[in-house]
Amino acid sequence: MRDFIQQNYTPYEGRDDFLVGPTKRTERLWEQLLELLEQEKAAGGVLDADTKVVGKVDSHGAGYINQDLEQIVGLQTDAPLKRAMLPYGGLRIAAKALQAHGREMDPETVKIFQKHRKTHNDGVFDGYTDDIRAARSAGIVTGLPDGYGRGRIIGDYRRVALYGVDRLIADKKSVLVETQNEPFSEKWLRQREETNDQIRALEALKRMASAYGFDISGPARNGREAVQWTYFSYLGAVKEQNGAAMSFGRTVTFFDVYFERDIAEGTITEEEIQEIIDHLVMKMRIVRFIRTADYDELFSGDPTWVTESIGGMGEDGRTLVTKSSFRILHTLYNLGPAPEPNLTVLWADAMPKGFKDFCAKVSIETSSIQYENDDLMRPYWGDDYGIACCVSAMRIGKQMQFFGARANLAKALLYAINGGRDEKSGKQIAPAMEAFTGDYLDYADVVERFDKMMDWLAETYVKALNIIHYMHDRYCPEHLMMALHDKDILRTMACGIAGLSVVTDSLSAIKNAKVKVIRNEEGLAVDYEVEGDYPAYGNNNDEADGIATGLVEQFMNKLRKQPTYRDSVPTQSILTITSNVVYGKKTGPTPDGRKANEPFAPGANPMHGRDSEGAVASMASVAKLPYEQSQDGISYTFSIIPRALGRTDEDRVDNMVDLLDGYFTAGGHHININVFARRTLRDAMEHPEKYPQLTVRVSGYAVNFVKLTREQQIDLINRTFHGSF
Amino acid sequence: MSSCCECELAAASSPVGALPGPDTPGVVEAVETCGAVDGPGIRYVVFTKGCPLRCQYCHNPETQGPAIGDQKTAAEVLKDVARYKAFLKRGGLTVSGGEPLLQPDFVHAVMRGAKELGLHTALDTSGFLGARASDELLDVTDLVLLDIKSGVAETYKEVTGVRLAPTLDFARRLSDRGNKMWIRFVLVPGLTDGEDNIESVARFVATLDHVDRVEVLPFHKMGENKYEKAEKGYNLADTETPTDEEIERARAIFARHGVEAL
Repeated sequence: MRDFIQQNYTPYEGRDDFLVGPTKRTERLWEQLLELLEQEKAAGGVLDADTKVVGKVDSHGAGYINQDLEQIVGLQTDAPLKRAMLPYGGLRIAAKALQAHGREMDPETVKIFQKHRKTHNDGVFDGYTDDIRAARSAGIVTGLPDGYGRGRIIGDYRRVALYGVDRLIADKKSVLVETQNEPFSEKWLRQREETNDQIRALEALKRMASAYGFDISGPARNGREAVQWTYFSYLGAVKEQNGAAMSFGRTVTFFDVYFERDIAEGTITEEEIQEIIDHLVMKMRIVRFIRTADYDELFSGDPTWVTESIGGMGEDGRTLVTKSSFRILHTLYNLGPAPEPNLTVLWADAMPKGFKDFCAKVSIETSSIQYENDDLMRPYWGDDYGIACCVSAMRIGKQMQFFGARANLAKALLYAINGGRDEKSGKQIAPAMEAFTGDYLDYADVVERFDKMMDWLAETYVKALNIIHYMHDRYCPEHLMMALHDKDILRTMACGIAGLSVVTDSLSAIKNAKVKVIRNEEGLAVDYEVEGDYPAYGNNNDEADGIATGLVEQFMNKLRKQPTYRDSVPTQSILTITSNVVYGKKTGPTPDGRKANEPFAPGANPMHGRDSEGAVASMASVAKLPYEQSQDGISYTFSIIPRALGRTDEDRVDNMVDLLDGYFTAGGHHININVFARRTLRDAMEHPEKYPQLTVRVSGYAVNFVKLTREQQIDLINRTFHGSF
Repeated sequence: MSSCCECELAAASSPVGALPGPDTPGVVEAVETCGAVDGPGIRYVVFTKGCPLRCQYCHNPETQGPAIGDQKTAAEVLKDVARYKAFLKRGGLTVSGGEPLLQPDFVHAVMRGAKELGLHTALDTSGFLGARASDELLDVTDLVLLDIKSGVAETYKEVTGVRLAPTLDFARRLSDRGNKMWIRFVLVPGLTDGEDNIESVARFVATLDHVDRVEVLPFHKMGENKYEKAEKGYNLADTETPTDEEIERARAIFARHGVEAL
């Protein structure tokens, strides 16, 4: 795949002046879809849901928005925005998700699953220990994919276009033949079973495409087919799996090879190419899953993380930016801003100026792009990696991850002070240790206790993840996605942490100010009083930032010591998505002065309002966090008001490019860019009908602002806006 | 990066006539690492303490008065600036205030050091103390952001509490020396937005050379809460931010004099 791209693609170093607006067909189709999206919102978030047919690659016949207009076809079920029922993750959860949206699962289906089919969720609870259950319900580990699809696997969907399905099946069959004489081992047998399942998934994919009148057994012959074939294979994946993040990969430069050839042959126009891309993006915008209320609170705004990675540089020094990299960003104008697909620019210092300027312009005008540091990731993952979900890089088709949500480090710090008891419930959650009894916290003492508490946390957390992924592989496997991978792949155990800035500032306060412990009648530390000032994370202060980088490394080293399922390599992310609000709710007051229930800062962000030296100092602090110790990604969300970014449009574009260049040169990994005034958000809260497409970048993804809960809207408005008062 | 910067600073400390060196002390009120409107590109902005003006609309009232407070040397300031070089490629360092020329030696030392770091330098000033800026200081200043509140002496006095003439003299000197300037005019409804007042500024600006940009800045109340903190009276509590039409009108007046204002 990489060879094909490298040998055939045409780098584009020019500007955005070749781009064209939407065709009439595009405008009509999008209007029709907007109406459906309105209806979806009016219906309380879910327009329609299947309650009977269990979703599979080929479970539904063809479905259309408007067959006469659609240039790229294929829906998850038989109607647009109708959500599929996917109970393999957990019957009860699937039923609850339907109930949350006023529907009942068909009793026959319920009966069949209850009697004949164990689910992932059943398996997980067979494995969970008392410790894990306690940690889970106390919220020191939260958001575990034990009741929803793990996602974060990217099939190399391009392979279907490049090779055709038959060739992929033949390849899988030859694996079976080649390995049949190997001696028995569980690993060997599992591979044989999985390979056969994958072959069946590929056959189902062909059947699904043929329902739409396409024969995808052979390779795509032109750009239009390349996009359609690739989309079909992605569609197969989202028909079968309701993974939390169902990312698309790194496709547009691959498509561009075909488009360039079509242009050279005179068989396609720029209008037609843009139309194909616009129509693909419309499909990406309507990927839907039905979720429970708990899930929606954790990952607000109905996200699906249809992440597409764009741009970057090749290992040979040529840019991977093509005209199609521009075209996909241009959909934000042709169709207006939207949270999906999760458009992710792989930023490299040497990328052409024309593309950098265009990205900056689009960011300023739509707040719909996130950026990740290609120069930082390329040495790890080569030049054909993509981002899964928000910030997780993986070599496409050669690597997958076991998604691990995150552990709450802030709560672990409070447990360390309270001898393993929960500060809210008073229950003993972690193994009993002697609690801290003095009036003022002592730095050396707290650090030592905290280290021990993190040992326990890492062990409990990774054990839970091992159970989850063992059972997921067993009861809810992603056959089609894995069919689009190599036979031997790298698996990572993608752990995560929340509350980094809270813990950092707490430790800095304990060290540099005086932190008095306030206890309740039972002697439980339930509040803290900070006397004096302390250097806070986010001001490019080496002492505070050093605490943060130290914590990242310390916890990662503990994760590395844990045994992992399927020889997976532990990694971690500093990413909260919107769960920073939920984590905050579950965590009592902390020694940094944060009150009970107050949200954490998202991802690796400094705490709201504590970064007082301006945005660049804040960026410089975040950029210090070591990617080597956090290879699953380090998320930073940056919001600035337009006025503070420059006086003229041109100034703003130049300054945005300089900020991105500076941040990434300093070693930053990821950044979400929002450019709008706080008052816009306030107005959107009061008058959501005026802002149907207002898109806001949050930790690692984008959401429709009006779809967030009120709590999250307030959290967003309260976050540090650079340049506003 | 810091060690590199230290050696550059060490080189700068060798005696060069009587010019202020890196150990020159000054009083700094605050820094902003992400200045994007005070000169070209991303700017590291040093706000010096102290200002002889009493602008009614001042949004940094805490910097008014004498330059008293904790001192820092120019070298200390520059050491911090150097940590941000990656962000300042197209931008640079801006010294603002307060009124920087209340501490001309300190500003001079900072500007020289910034030039040695390869940074673009800008001085944000009211011009009232322009006479204190030596030619040597102006030689290491790539851009002067000159705030002209009015071209009418009485109005200027009402707005700022001080005389207008020194500012106009300074502007003329910069023009004659060939110093690049951005002229800024703050539009405050009821205070500076009289047609005659805008005319007077436009007419004067039209006579200057080396003006790269003219900006009409709408008054905003960003500083109001700072007045409460500083326990100072705030006269403009009832003044609104000018509307887009009012700003356009001001620009049109500049345009009549052949001055394109942003």
